Amino acid sequence: MILVTSFLKQSVAGLRALLVLTVVLGILYPALVWGLGQAVGRNQAAGSLVTVNGSVVGSSLIGQDWKGERWFHSRPSASDYTGDVSGGSNLGPGADLDHAVAERAQQAGIHVQGSPADALTTSGSGLDPHITPENAAAQVGRAAAARGLTPSDVHRLVAEHTQGRALGFLGEPRVNVLELNLALQGLTTAAAG
Amino acid sequence: MSDTLSGLLTIGVLVVALVVVHVPLGNWMAKVFTDERHWRPERIFYRLARVDPSSEQGWRSYALAVLAFSAVSIVFLFLLIALQGVLPLARGAAMHLDTALNTAVSFVTNTNWQSYAGESGASPVVQTMGLTVQNFVSAAVGLAVAIALVRGLARSGSATIGNFWVDLVRGVIRVLLPIAVVSAVMLMLGGVISNLSEPTTITTVSGGHQVIQGGLVASQEAIKELGTNGGGYFNANSAHPFENPNYLTNLLEIFLILVIPFSLPRTYGVLVGDRRQGFAVAGLMAALWGIMVTVITWSEVHAAAGPIGAMEGKEVRFGPWASSLFAASTTGTSTGAVDSMHESYSALGGGGALFSMLLGEISPGGVGTGLYGALLIAILTVFISGLMVGRTPEILGKSIGRREITLTALALLVMPALVLVFTGIGLVLPTVRAQMFASGPHGLTEVMYAYTSASNNNGSAFAGFSADAPYTNLTLALCMLLGRFVPIVLVLGLAGSLVAQRRRPGTAGTLPTHSPTFVGLLVGIALVVTGLTFFPALALGPLAEALS
Repeated sequence: MILVTSFLKQSVAGLRALLVLTVVLGILYPALVWGLGQAVGRNQAAGSLVTVNGSVVGSSLIGQDWKGERWFHSRPSASDYTGDVSGGSNLGPGADLDHAVAERAQQAGIHVQGSPADALTTSGSGLDPHITPENAAAQVGRAAAARGLTPSDVHRLVAEHTQGRALGFLGEPRVNVLELNLALQGLTTAAAG
Repeated sequence: MSDTLSGLLTIGVLVVALVVVHVPLGNWMAKVFTDERHWRPERIFYRLARVDPSSEQGWRSYALAVLAFSAVSIVFLFLLIALQGVLPLARGAAMHLDTALNTAVSFVTNTNWQSYAGESGASPVVQTMGLTVQNFVSAAVGLAVAIALVRGLARSGSATIGNFWVDLVRGVIRVLLPIAVVSAVMLMLGGVISNLSEPTTITTVSGGHQVIQGGLVASQEAIKELGTNGGGYFNANSAHPFENPNYLTNLLEIFLILVIPFSLPRTYGVLVGDRRQGFAVAGLMAALWGIMVTVITWSEVHAAAGPIGAMEGKEVRFGPWASSLFAASTTGTSTGAVDSMHESYSALGGGGALFSMLLGEISPGGVGTGLYGALLIAILTVFISGLMVGRTPEILGKSIGRREITLTALALLVMPALVLVFTGIGLVLPTVRAQMFASGPHGLTEVMYAYTSASNNNGSAFAGFSADAPYTNLTLALCMLLGRFVPIVLVLGLAGSLVAQRRRPGTAGTLPTHSPTFVGLLVGIALVVTGLTFFPALALGPLAEALS
């Protein structure tokens, strides 16, 4: 009985404590961080949005679905880059994954043997903005032919958009597909003009 | 530069940062929990909550306060989630009641298992006023319990182990909040979003459509890692570019996950007046963490050499090395955040993540929970060593008698009992088998991983398992509750029994608890206990898969 009374007494104290902490941690803290973001990192806080001719065409952090021969393609995605959901395929090593990989290769018109691993696999988020430099190199021929550009020019574009490891060791070599494709379109316009 | 060298250097940077920071942070936490003075905001808090900060509590009163605060938190969070539809900014977010209960229990127990998807399940009000708040206070509760146990060892012939409300508030105000604000801003500068926008549909360059998400993510992301919580704002968790945009934010998140757990042994050493004791506990944690990083990384890098590589479920910007480092750190700390999908890992990579949790979250374990888990292993080790040499087992001059070893053994047995019983029941139930995504050994691992994650308050998942169904939601919630609060009550009981003892001076026959030999014994006991308990189950799951 004493235990129950004591528990109830502590619960009332607990409720008061929780309400105070909710104001501090659930309202003031997020508001402070939001405010600091508006002051020092407005672009990042908004989602690193990319604008072309005044309208938002995506985020440099979020991968997109690129259809057609003319573009560099992102990795396969478990959610087709819709953005309203995120997540991976959750396929573990084995027959189901092998089957899925074969299907993805067929859709992309490439062979499983000899293709870069990231071109055959889905990412954890389903929104991977990057491909590996090997994957980009493998797509140069197709994109250049479809746009009537010389492969060496497109190779140069890929090299310009390849990010290496910082300080020589931090991070993975990668190519941002949205930025590469925007540059590719710029090159095409320049060549046509 | 080769992947291997790059990976090793990255681990090196992380280790150096932890070694540098653990000294000031460990000292600071020792000061926080022994300071005689109250800060002004804390005094305001005590007045508003109407608690007396100057009165100390015995272990029963301390435990009641922990349980009462957590019970109130569960009810409050459950109501907030259940009523989110009628609260502002609902934006169509909704959960079934069993999912809501699972989520409330999950965040209050520092598990952050998520049966819902962040994009559709939780409104901004629930995310900030419910989940972010629990990310702070559930971590502070773990910290408070660890400090109470340390007081049990540090004090001599006392009746009290501290004041829960003081420990809770100081953990929040003086430890978690300042680090969270600084790291939230750093994450935001790296690209983690922090805005009030609704999800917006845009037209892409190639003419398609895409939804760009909004949300107050940075503030939640920082404490999600720092408090070893792990519940993602989005379904993909730290794999989502808006939660973890690049290799630097990734490294910062791993650092935040590990920094308090690896600093607490220092706090322990300072509080008991012998820093070498802290080194021994840190040695145990670091050895186990090192082993698990090695196993998981080796397995993933080995798989990466195969025909389709190891990139399924991984992001290009992280690759196998940084993903494995994150996996070992998140499963060794009861965090459960993921920057890659563990279910898609190789058999031994995913099995390593599972084993990391089965160690009982001591490599280095969650905020607070890691330290008290490691101290339980230390007590078990002096007891077993005492039996072998025929001396009364004691630690820091406190004897480990019948009462102490009973409490320790019970606290260590709760998790294995929950994992094995509920995995076993799950595997014979047709409804649970129907929720499995994979079949064969990998499917068994899915179910075992889920109950292991819940019982250890980790929260990571083999995410193919469709856990959002009434039976699994409720049994997983039960595992989270029992896995969290039964050990907490037993640990506080242990603190009460240790604090009452007078410290006895050491003799020539006392087993030193700071020597490298003792660290070796600790690691051996931790591995042997886990291995013996779980070998049959692991043999049917990840080991069978690796050998097939």
